Amino acid sequence: MFVVIFSGFLFAALAPALYRGLNRGTGWLLALLPAGYFAYFLNQMCVIADGGTVTAAYPWVPSLGVSFSFYLDGLSLLFALIVSGIGALVVIYAGGYLAGNPFLGRFYAIILLFMTAMLGLVLAGNLLTLFVFWELTSITSYLLIGFKHQYEASRAAAWQALLVTGAGGLALMAGLVLLGQAGDSYELAVLLERGDAVRSSALYLPALLLILAGAFTKSAQFPFYFWLPGAMQAPAPVSAYLHSATMVKAGIYLLTRLSPVLGGTPEWQYLVTLFGVVTMAFGAVLSLMQVDLKRILAFSTVSTLGALTLLVGLDTTLSLKAAMVLLLVHSLYKGALFLAAGNIEHESDTRDIRLLGGLIRYMPVTTAAVGLAAFSMAGFPPLLGFISKELLYEAKLQAPQAGPFVLAVGVLANVFLVAVAGVLSVRPLFRRKFEAPRTPHEAPPVMWFGPFVLAGLGLAAGLFPEPLADCVIGPAVSAARAQPTEVKLALWHGLNPVLALSIATVLCGVGLYLVRRRVRRLAERLSFLAAYGPERGYDLALHGLIELARWQTRGLQSGYLRMYLLTILATTVGLSLYTLLTRIDLAAFAAGLVTSLSSGETVYLHEVAVALVIMAGILAAVRSRSRLAAVAALGVVGYGMALLYIFFGAPDLAMTQFTIETLTVILLVLVLYRLPKFARLSGQTARIRDTVVALLAGGLMAALVLVVTSVPLRSALSPFFIENSVALAKGRNIVNVILVDFRGIDTMGEITVLGVAAIGVYALLRLKLSGEE
Amino acid sequence: MRSLILSIATRYLLPLLLLFSVFILIRGHNEPGGGFIGGLIAAAALILYGLAYTPAHARRVLRISPRVLLGVGLTVALGSGLISLAIGRPFMTGLWLEQSVPILGKLGTPVLFDIGVYLTVIGVALLILLTMAEE
Repeated sequence: MFVVIFSGFLFAALAPALYRGLNRGTGWLLALLPAGYFAYFLNQMCVIADGGTVTAAYPWVPSLGVSFSFYLDGLSLLFALIVSGIGALVVIYAGGYLAGNPFLGRFYAIILLFMTAMLGLVLAGNLLTLFVFWELTSITSYLLIGFKHQYEASRAAAWQALLVTGAGGLALMAGLVLLGQAGDSYELAVLLERGDAVRSSALYLPALLLILAGAFTKSAQFPFYFWLPGAMQAPAPVSAYLHSATMVKAGIYLLTRLSPVLGGTPEWQYLVTLFGVVTMAFGAVLSLMQVDLKRILAFSTVSTLGALTLLVGLDTTLSLKAAMVLLLVHSLYKGALFLAAGNIEHESDTRDIRLLGGLIRYMPVTTAAVGLAAFSMAGFPPLLGFISKELLYEAKLQAPQAGPFVLAVGVLANVFLVAVAGVLSVRPLFRRKFEAPRTPHEAPPVMWFGPFVLAGLGLAAGLFPEPLADCVIGPAVSAARAQPTEVKLALWHGLNPVLALSIATVLCGVGLYLVRRRVRRLAERLSFLAAYGPERGYDLALHGLIELARWQTRGLQSGYLRMYLLTILATTVGLSLYTLLTRIDLAAFAAGLVTSLSSGETVYLHEVAVALVIMAGILAAVRSRSRLAAVAALGVVGYGMALLYIFFGAPDLAMTQFTIETLTVILLVLVLYRLPKFARLSGQTARIRDTVVALLAGGLMAALVLVVTSVPLRSALSPFFIENSVALAKGRNIVNVILVDFRGIDTMGEITVLGVAAIGVYALLRLKLSGEE
Repeated sequence: MRSLILSIATRYLLPLLLLFSVFILIRGHNEPGGGFIGGLIAAAALILYGLAYTPAHARRVLRISPRVLLGVGLTVALGSGLISLAIGRPFMTGLWLEQSVPILGKLGTPVLFDIGVYLTVIGVALLILLTMAEE
């Protein structure tokens, strides 16, 4: 499985070059990669169906318990098949949809990168590995939504999606770490065995809430749904692939994956079910209000994601069975619908359903795909969508809590979805009138191949559900329940309440379709409510953040060095004093000071002389009216300090101080040369303020040093360095050994910072030079 | 302002100072000194030369651009840490040759690291100071 991930990244990197070399045929060639994965996963199916799992692990950060491990069971397999299978079709499709686009090579690269990340996400056997791939899907999603980067709307939508899913990602990371703490492992295989320990841990609730935040943002649950309709700015293959079939289901995957660990508690059931129910109803109702083909699909996707969340939240074997089937059938029909919508847009230059009509005459194959997919969405027999809906109702009927309520909302949502399926298929395909900007004709085979295959699979699976149940759905449910479960799927369940509900749903849906205009008008009258929706909250939060940043920048970043110094010194003094006054016994502090001052150590004349020279230098620097003289005086201070270092046995420090001091003086002279004539800019008050801060800072530092040195240091480090310097690092100069060996990584960081700073200074100087020319 | 005394003196001082900086660098492991100090001394020597003549002269003497020196220094430092990684030990584990070399003493990756620091410091100091001096 390591090969799968590695080859995915490799091909993603090679894709642009390949496209430049091959041009038109690239899509078909690149599709071989996901097709190969699909074959590989199909091959694993037999092992998985027998109840086995495939695992592989490579150590990554062994000291932190992070390994690059993979875990393939029925649940991962279902997702991996969807990701790789639809991936192949989408790559082929993109070759036609984006033909002639100068950035097609880049598109291939990002979409393959996304596919690999998504596969990594569903195959990951370690929470932290999973998180890395999770974030990678967010980033690639951002790049793909903003693919048409010349449009403001695309960029804004991409940014919004990244912020929402990224914020959720942060919460998820915290949640996963807490979960890892609670279960004492980051390995999925281990955690799945430790469900009881995790659920009884004190960290359970925070971990649950944070993980839910991550899953809900990713899977566009209410109130975070709004980024998904926005993401429709992306090209059609992206909408089909990321924003209906795979990425938005990552949250569902995570919830299902962790349900044996986190599920089964009242918190889980109430929270997950509640969010699911609200999202399901909300998405379905809003979907009918839209007139843009892709926005209709986006809101109905939100609704389905809500239904999936609800099913996972119900937490029964039946509900998970329904969830797995719904997941698959939704990927098939919604993928087909999105790709077909892309065809329609591509050929007629509009996505407004009020303008479209009579497509059956112009685009027969696309029409067939839309029809089949819409029927599957509405849940008509003999399509897989029918089986899925029957299961959905059955699961809701047997819901452990609030069954009637959940069922009622579920029926309501499905009634709307039936009407939406009508909106999508009836008028655009069969209406006589046609007002689109361009008269369409059938899309090229490369573009109808994908939707046709997906819609056809929905029909085939509906007609022959048994192999699907045995090989894919059964193992997936077993994995989600963490116990072997037999799954039977059939079109005909006999005359029962579920069938009656199905028939009622279809009838109501048709009725709703007929009065849809009146409903939409009613909704328009309520549209002022949108001003209070979650998206408004997002805008306000973003606006507030920017204002806050602007306010604090204006306060802190005056642009004057003296103000920065003042701020830094005053803050340091303030915080130290505060700590000193609140935490430290002041009597002991004073006693320490006295001990230090009266320790009776002999003070030699030359030491006093150097101290006096330093103080004279400081006074001269402060009083001087010439910058050059002030610099020289500061140099004297520096050299005096270096001398003190020598007196007290720190030759390395002294040598460094000497050389640094020399270079600093040269540097200052070079700078001063460019400055205007000396002038006294600060008034009396400012000077007094500066004096106070300076004296406080200096006095505090001096007092602290005296007190600290009054207590004999009992550091374990110094003896260690003294003992091991020669033995371990083969050097007698301990200072240097610490620098280059014991604490070598620190030095590495320091010289890197030095280098970056130098490049920054260089860039600023050069910029100014070229600006002057 | 060109001082004849400084110009002539610097011509003899520069090689001596550079040699001294290398000496400081090498002795650093056992006696006071090291890459950081050595680098500063070398940079100071070259700056002195640049002040006595012109910054352009200093660049000509140096031959390599400070920017390149900076990059090479960081690469050498990083590379010295990677060597241990290549033989399966943690990053920046100190590795030493069995035999010590005459004059230079014991050789190992920490010495290489120190040479990286030495080059980086020269690069940083000269990059800033020479560019400023040229303004």
